Amino acid sequence: MHNFDFVKPASLDEAVKALSAEGAQALSGGQTLMPTMKQRLAAPDVLVSLTGIAALKGVSGRAGASVTVGAATPHAVVAAEARAFYPALAALAGGIGDPAVRNRGTIGGSLANNDPAACYPAAVLASGATITTSRRDIAADDYFQGLFSTALEEGEIITGVTFPIPQKAAYVKFNQPASRFALTGVFVAKYADGVRVAVTGASNNGVFRWSDAEAALSADFSAGALAGLTVDDSEMIADLHGSAAYRANLVKVLTGRAVAAA
Amino acid sequence: MPKDHGIGASSKRREDVRFLTGKGVYTDDLALHGQTYAVFVRSTVAHGRIKAINTANAAAMPGVLAVFTGEDFKDVGGNPAGWLINSRDGTPMREPKRPVLAHGKVRHVGDAYAAVVAETYNQAKDAAQQLADDTDIEELPAIIDMKAAAADASNRVHDEIPDNLCFDWGWIEDNRATVEEVFRTAPHVTTLELVNNRLVPNAMEPRASIGEYFPGTGDYKLTTTSQNPHLTRLLVAAFVMGIPENKLTVVAPDVGGGFGSKIYHYGEEALVLAAAKKLARPVRWTAERSESFLSDAHGRDHVTKIELACEKDGTFLAFRTETYANVGAYLSNFSTATPTFLHGTLMAGPYKVPNVYVNVKTVFTNTAPVDAYRGAGRPEATFSLERVIDKMCRELGLDAFEVRRKNFLTPDQFPYTTPVGLVYDTGNYQATLEKAIEMADVAGFGARVAASKARGKLRGLGLSTWIEACGIAPSHLVGVLGSRVGLYDAATVRVNATGNISVMVGAHSHGQGHETVFAQIVAEKLGIPESSVEIVHGDTSKIPFGMGSYGSRSLAVCGTAMTKAVDKIVAKGKKIAAHMLEASEGDITFEDGKFSVAGTDKAKTFGEIAFSAYVPHNYPLETLEPGLEETAFYDPANFTYPAGAYLCEVEVDEGTGKVDVVAFHCADDFGNVMNPMIVEGQVHGGVGQGIGQALCESTTYDETGQLLTGSYMDYAMPRADDVPFYNVDYSCQTPCTHNPLGVKGCGEAGAIGSPPAVVNAVIDALHRGGHTHVTHIDMPVSPNRVWQAING
Repeated sequence: MHNFDFVKPASLDEAVKALSAEGAQALSGGQTLMPTMKQRLAAPDVLVSLTGIAALKGVSGRAGASVTVGAATPHAVVAAEARAFYPALAALAGGIGDPAVRNRGTIGGSLANNDPAACYPAAVLASGATITTSRRDIAADDYFQGLFSTALEEGEIITGVTFPIPQKAAYVKFNQPASRFALTGVFVAKYADGVRVAVTGASNNGVFRWSDAEAALSADFSAGALAGLTVDDSEMIADLHGSAAYRANLVKVLTGRAVAAA
Repeated sequence: MPKDHGIGASSKRREDVRFLTGKGVYTDDLALHGQTYAVFVRSTVAHGRIKAINTANAAAMPGVLAVFTGEDFKDVGGNPAGWLINSRDGTPMREPKRPVLAHGKVRHVGDAYAAVVAETYNQAKDAAQQLADDTDIEELPAIIDMKAAAADASNRVHDEIPDNLCFDWGWIEDNRATVEEVFRTAPHVTTLELVNNRLVPNAMEPRASIGEYFPGTGDYKLTTTSQNPHLTRLLVAAFVMGIPENKLTVVAPDVGGGFGSKIYHYGEEALVLAAAKKLARPVRWTAERSESFLSDAHGRDHVTKIELACEKDGTFLAFRTETYANVGAYLSNFSTATPTFLHGTLMAGPYKVPNVYVNVKTVFTNTAPVDAYRGAGRPEATFSLERVIDKMCRELGLDAFEVRRKNFLTPDQFPYTTPVGLVYDTGNYQATLEKAIEMADVAGFGARVAASKARGKLRGLGLSTWIEACGIAPSHLVGVLGSRVGLYDAATVRVNATGNISVMVGAHSHGQGHETVFAQIVAEKLGIPESSVEIVHGDTSKIPFGMGSYGSRSLAVCGTAMTKAVDKIVAKGKKIAAHMLEASEGDITFEDGKFSVAGTDKAKTFGEIAFSAYVPHNYPLETLEPGLEETAFYDPANFTYPAGAYLCEVEVDEGTGKVDVVAFHCADDFGNVMNPMIVEGQVHGGVGQGIGQALCESTTYDETGQLLTGSYMDYAMPRADDVPFYNVDYSCQTPCTHNPLGVKGCGEAGAIGSPPAVVNAVIDALHRGGHTHVTHIDMPVSPNRVWQAING
């Protein structure tokens, strides 16, 4: 690891200012950034920690309506505190990585990085959540723009995520055997106006909505409703751990299991 | 009631107190005055010609003390292969020089061609990056696939070896024609082509070395992560550096796992010694995890065609094997023994098969060197045998248990000379099989299949009946077979004046628990508390010349040496006691820590005798030396032959291809058991590694020689939730007939016996689910591969 300076502002304004400096890099839980720096693949001059800003932490909500998670809230806190509002979201948070990861990693960090195999993007997209930043609100459908690519602009900081609470929901993840990231993960959420299905881990384009399944499940929310559907594997990731056809199969199998679990 | 002390007691591992409380002292924990840091510059291409290395920029960087390249070591010796193998035509194997630092060519990703020593680690890292930037390497086509390598004379890992073959070995060559004849006429032949997947050892502690040089005396000291400090000293001093052995001390302090990978001498050890001399300062190096992936000696990596000839009733007639074994870019120290004498000699299994022939072609490739890894050759043999037997049973519709019963050697047949050159001394293979069947409740399996089905899962049962040769090894035999070293071991038992004991052993514990078990044995033999015995290992300046720990040898070989040294102590104690008790030596008996005159109440305690030996006021000085310290060397008369039966139950999720090992039963014959708890732990660890090989671990190089599985993001180690609670039994005991403890060794058993049990169980589950077209799935049997097999 190369040497760097470290600042830990106590307010969002100070953080925005610090991030405007040359070579500055936001640091939340550091679960991706730290290993990258240790491998000397990244060498920021200044790390701006976001975890000292009280306004970015915590879970709040209104039962049956919405839940808002501060961007710097660790997964373990979401797993514990979101359960009353949105059990499927809490379960997803409780299944990320291991306890050490869950006590360091944050939802804001995960969404800003937008790893194609991360869990949170599936929940955010399937829930039609709103991502609030230091500048604006961004709808989930506009936020995810491909592998490690988002609508965030230079220096823009995620402050929180607001999830409308569905009638039913579940997330089913199939682990990549080594990393235990999602080889494929499917989040299904049933709202009064329809069902949303978001898939992570599978596509070369990152998290995506499976619209055929959404239509079928909106008409009939049962695993059987998926029977006639096929998943196009032309955009699926193919690697050591799974062929494109295998991932396409997982999308369908896991969607069915998520519906059954919801 | 179980014993709570001495031989057979489950004494708690005394070393765990320091390991579990963070008080172990590993190589990297040592901080030395004036220490400096070495960082190696490693090839990022699999195969390349070094055109130029400009060291000037790196050498001028802040804190840099020295820069080394292959040029600096071109006149010192190569790191030798410890075993000479001859090809079928009688020609000796090809032995390219393995230099300290690559010179002329780089031959695998991770091949170190330069090193930088600096005041701080980060300065050394910066300079190493600079040196890499200032190096011109012409990339050459990588040689990765073994069969292609052997068929292509134009592309060579070593320029002087045209077909990339190290040797083409036949075992036993005289059997070849007979075996071919049996196959021509056999009523049934089953053929299976399989891969025994390459594994990265992944010891918890990465390799680390510290070199020191003392200008006042000209002495060197190497502190290093070694399973065998004397062997490392021999290799680095005598073969590579030309340092007199008596001017080099090698210390292996606490070592955090090895699994074979720390048997070998590596160039980093020579480098830190050379650098320490040049700078007259300590030079340290600790591998980063990514360096471990690229440069530790890997394991396995065989591509095999195995054939079984048999009667229609399953009676074995012959086994024939053709194996391509990868040695990687260079010959690691025991790389040539592993696919040959640790593999081919086991190809008769525990069976009375009359004809066996093994052909092994060992191939150089642009990959990391491959050498012995927990089990070393014997897992490869067992996997081939147990998989092809399983396939035969399916082809002929035979019961896997009955086929084993029909073909097992029976207890009345020992000693038994196999058609592949071993003499099994004792065993009872059917006893372990019946025990495993009982443990696994095979009778209730059908109900469990139904219960799994109700949960949407396929359930399968897999059997493996394994044998191994360990307690390595009788020197006279391995010498005939090409070994360039002896494989005895040694122990010194030093009774101190106050009656407590220091035992200096040649074996080296890197997690096994020698400090506990060896103390149990000495305590039992001398009738003293275990706490009075201290085991000293890992320092060539303290211990007798021993060969270290690998091949499940510590107890069978070094433990025997120790027992013999204790016997000498008792014999001398009797002489002292006879003098003190004014009796004749022949009348002295030793029991429960007391020397007594037979038939009287006259006795001296062990402590009194010890004291007298060091304060010899009333002592037969005219006929007996004072002091009470004895050394014994022991060279085993034969290998030991642990064996057992493993039954694995899996559940397969057809939707995802995921395999869950839901039960694993081990009925092992390790001969006599010294500490049951430690034996169980060894079996747990071995089976865990075997399940890892069977289901998780894949070492994948792409066609350009890049290691795709070079970190834990892609290399799947088994985790706690990948393995079941193990059901372990060791009550079927046929004690070894040729060592005094009657022990056979248990360290490698789990890794040897378990992979075929797992894969057989998966195939069984798929067949029960109607997927009868699936006859084999290569390891690791990953979800993706299972799903492809079902749907392919």
